[in-house]
Amino acid sequence: MRCAQSGAPKSSTDVAGVPLNPDCTNLDRTVPDIAAPAPTARPARRSRAVSGDTIYAAATTTAGVFVLLLLGAIIASLFIGGWPALRAFGPGFIFDTEWDPVQEVFGAGVSIYGTLLTSIMALVLAVPLAFGIAFYLTELAPAWLRRPVGTAIELLAAVPSIIFGMWGFYVIVPLMAQTIQPAVIDTFVDIPLLEDFFAGPPFGTGLFTAALILAVMVLPFIAATMRDVFLTVPAVFKESAYGVGATTWEVMRSIVVPYTRAAVVGGIMLGLGRALGETMAVTFVIGNTNRIATSLFGPGNTIASIVALEFPESPAGSLKLASLLALGFVLFVISFIVLAISRILLRPRAKG
Amino acid sequence: MTRFTSLVGTAILGLSALAGGASAEPITGAGATFPAPVYAKWGEAAKAAIGVELNYQAIGSGGGQNQVINRTVDFGASDAPMAEDKLKSANLVQFPTVMGGVVPIVNIPGVKDDALKLTGEILADIYMGRITKWNDPRIAAINPGIALPRIAIAPAYRADGSGTTFVFTSYLAAISPDWKAKVGAATSVRWLAGNGARGNDGVAATVRQVRGGIGYVESAYATQNKLSATQLRNRAGHFVTPSRASFVAAAESGDWSANPGFAVSLIDTAGEAAWPIVSATFILLPRDSEDPARAADVVKFFEWAYANGDTIATDLEYVALPAKVKDAVRAVWRAEIKH
Repeated sequence: MRCAQSGAPKSSTDVAGVPLNPDCTNLDRTVPDIAAPAPTARPARRSRAVSGDTIYAAATTTAGVFVLLLLGAIIASLFIGGWPALRAFGPGFIFDTEWDPVQEVFGAGVSIYGTLLTSIMALVLAVPLAFGIAFYLTELAPAWLRRPVGTAIELLAAVPSIIFGMWGFYVIVPLMAQTIQPAVIDTFVDIPLLEDFFAGPPFGTGLFTAALILAVMVLPFIAATMRDVFLTVPAVFKESAYGVGATTWEVMRSIVVPYTRAAVVGGIMLGLGRALGETMAVTFVIGNTNRIATSLFGPGNTIASIVALEFPESPAGSLKLASLLALGFVLFVISFIVLAISRILLRPRAKG
Repeated sequence: MTRFTSLVGTAILGLSALAGGASAEPITGAGATFPAPVYAKWGEAAKAAIGVELNYQAIGSGGGQNQVINRTVDFGASDAPMAEDKLKSANLVQFPTVMGGVVPIVNIPGVKDDALKLTGEILADIYMGRITKWNDPRIAAINPGIALPRIAIAPAYRADGSGTTFVFTSYLAAISPDWKAKVGAATSVRWLAGNGARGNDGVAATVRQVRGGIGYVESAYATQNKLSATQLRNRAGHFVTPSRASFVAAAESGDWSANPGFAVSLIDTAGEAAWPIVSATFILLPRDSEDPARAADVVKFFEWAYANGDTIATDLEYVALPAKVKDAVRAVWRAEIKH
């Protein structure tokens, strides 16, 4: 009975070409027969290989699609979680500089401003240095030095951000607070206009300190990318330029940089992406105030750092929690755009 | 095939072993960071004494409230008492465990430890950016004999949402109508002056590093790290130094029976020697636990802590609850928790 049911839909042969038991006899021996070293063995093994391929393909496809789904789910959950805040404050949420947990008025203006300003300042500090490192490593450094310096740059990228935060808070901030800023303040203490300009307590923290730490953190990413793309310039181009008497700098300016321009910008965007989302290191040194600072040395806040600081004390279902999730959504969108641009610019060059 | 079966078998065996070992499961709690050290010590001592093991995660008061409302932990812990209607809707019982003070700390060159006198109004105006120099006439007026330098005041506050901020801003709001109207009291507020730092240690480090700094930290933290505190004028008009005696004086002059959930305010109490910024920290316990055995373990744990935990709390610079408060809480346990 059981045999008839299972055998009925198929023809009298299975996939491997092994005859089924149409008369329902000797059922127990059928399976061992397939595996036995009989003439039918080779087709059977190939069938297994095919099904293995199918399973493997299905598994990897699932894994690939899963990443996409995960990304989509994160965006969706941030958006849904942040929706109450976006609905309550409207598009003004992006620009409003008020952040008042007591009155439940939340705006992203200060943290978006702080995020963009510190990231861009970090790039301004890091890009020239990274260019110098890459230039040195690809054109000037003796061969024996290229490897250790290159490795050191890559190791810098592996330092956890909390280490940079602590270094910033316990080394850079006291230096600013106890030596540099008091000296400046005391120098100008009785000069009417300058006194106001440098007035205020010497906290040492602030947007500039945060940008300084961020610059050190994004430096390895930018330098490593630049070095790698500089190495992709075909030697024949450079040799030709040297052949007509160009100096190293002229080769760099007229051959290497134009050839790699898009990829260099892509590498810078990669660094920008990292700077935008950096949380712990910035939280330590930025001063954490929700006011727009007019001075570069003034305190501020970033999206990532306000979310990290306020999240534990935000009750479920509150407008504050929704605002933090909406901030997360905004950061996600900004980072996504930046990284998408960097991907486009870092595409391998078409022939030309 | 056989290898696969044996793998699955091992996994199932492993799981069942885990489940079998879970009979003496520790009770779980999450929330406030302020009492976390004393809960950890109580947990160790209670495990040895009565066999109840505590797994407490200091994730912050807001997180603790969320988790106990969702019933993902056996109890929540919060520095700010939960509002009465919220307690009711979440079906929770609230009771205090220990108390502590919040202490202003300063770094002014040439001023001795604990010597500077301040009032609540001055503190509020400093944190609102109205008093910006240490030689301000209002500060000088109540500090005769101290040569205050002409340097900028650098107010530091907790950048992370915290129960300490809630207590400190509650005090400023109670003293200064302006503060109440413009800033208010919460675990994080819209600060009008100063810089934020993370945690008690961040605030303390900022004050230490910045000339002219002022901050506020939990009393236990201030004592353990020997920070320079200030005196404050209390409601009775006396300048008091932060100390165990002045915290206890505040606790004793508070009216504990008046509020449901023991949500008593120990801010600016009337006691002659009372420190004005004192607060209790609270436990939130579900009335309708799905697992009465675990609920019983939780009550057993806190019963033990009430009876035997005062020495541990005192060693850690917390202030133990007055006996009459403990008795009132015990009555609530008997009446309201199914166990």
